Amino acid sequence: MKISFTLNEKAVSVDADPATLLADLLRENLNMTGTHVGCDTSQCGACVVHLNGESVKSCTLLAASVDGQEVKTVEGLAKSKDELHPMQTAFRDNHGLQCGFCTPGMLMASIDLVNKNPEPTEGEVRDWLEGNICRCTGYQNIVKSVLAGAAAMRDGN
Amino acid sequence: MRSFDYQKPTTIEDALSVLSGEDAMVLAGGMTLLPSMKQRLISCETLVDLSAVPGLSGIAREGDRLAIGAMTRHADVAASDLVKETIPGLAALAAHIGDQQVRHRGTIGGSISNNDPAADYPAALVALGAEVETSTRIIPAEAFFTGMFETALEPGEIVTRVLFPVPDMAGYGKFASPASRYALAGVFVAKTGDVVRAAVTGAGPCVFRAPDIEEALNGSFTPEALERITLDGTEILSDMHADRDYRMNLVVVMARKAVETALKLAG
Repeated sequence: MKISFTLNEKAVSVDADPATLLADLLRENLNMTGTHVGCDTSQCGACVVHLNGESVKSCTLLAASVDGQEVKTVEGLAKSKDELHPMQTAFRDNHGLQCGFCTPGMLMASIDLVNKNPEPTEGEVRDWLEGNICRCTGYQNIVKSVLAGAAAMRDGN
Repeated sequence: MRSFDYQKPTTIEDALSVLSGEDAMVLAGGMTLLPSMKQRLISCETLVDLSAVPGLSGIAREGDRLAIGAMTRHADVAASDLVKETIPGLAALAAHIGDQQVRHRGTIGGSISNNDPAADYPAALVALGAEVETSTRIIPAEAFFTGMFETALEPGEIVTRVLFPVPDMAGYGKFASPASRYALAGVFVAKTGDVVRAAVTGAGPCVFRAPDIEEALNGSFTPEALERITLDGTEILSDMHADRDYRMNLVVVMARKAVETALKLAG
């Protein structure tokens, strides 16, 4: 079937089997490999993207369901090659990643949080990231990054 | 997952017509159905996505009842001012289903139609004495949930709304599995006038009412009233996550938490 949607503010149209998951469509059909598939069982959150501005797990979403909708992936965050999204900068500055596998999902989930709740508490950040798993180290620097990223987003950096 | 014919009807009539076909299934939020299809536990010829059918989502006060459309997502119930004003215990329950990304997709209609023995909503429906409105009839919650992953829904029948009587106070206590966030034991209590109802999820093959807990709370709606309660354990599950004795105790502890929450939310 033909699936047409807006991906990172550009119109795309893809032919795919109706059983294709959004994560697979992005990675396999569109070569957008920034969205990662970790557990493939909607537990780990590496595949989180925005659907109409809200964070969702793309490994548990049919590509067919996003027909006519707006999708944003980690590739759509930075304004240019030289200008990262403030949340990305905060992750870099606060050592919010080690291997980086979970980072695309962490970023997409965190930005959704800050869009809805510009001044989250540490507790709110931890609750919101319940469905995003990091296996490298711990969540200390991730939470620190999100709080710093939230402050930077508020300041419009 | 095995492939299927994907249909996205835009009217309820079209949805029902497609569903009357051979081997057709309903897709709501997909938070259980899609993982089950990926594991090839479930397959179908036709998948009917209800997301474009108008009128299936939304929250409204109708007299002394709160009506929640079947396609209303957990995140919307959790954030709804109307739910927080009328049944804050229900908003609090919705706020702790799965994780935030699951709550952005999962729906009340999908959750109750699946009737996972550890799902949260069934406890709220049974304790609040809700009614399930379907495409053909209205079913009281206690008659709707018939067994493990089983409901009273007939083939081709879909849930359209859930109608909750507004109680004086209500609360939910849940001990979640740290991995899945499903309830190892969850208890919803609701007090309306002199009548207290308590329903338990996660601890048995299907949601059930707990008469021992209800009786104790009818005397005194306080956490202390549950201090010396022991449950009849016949219906309580025993598995790798929690054995029967542990779960039976957990049900009472969660019932106490539910009462504490109900009292706190009622101010």
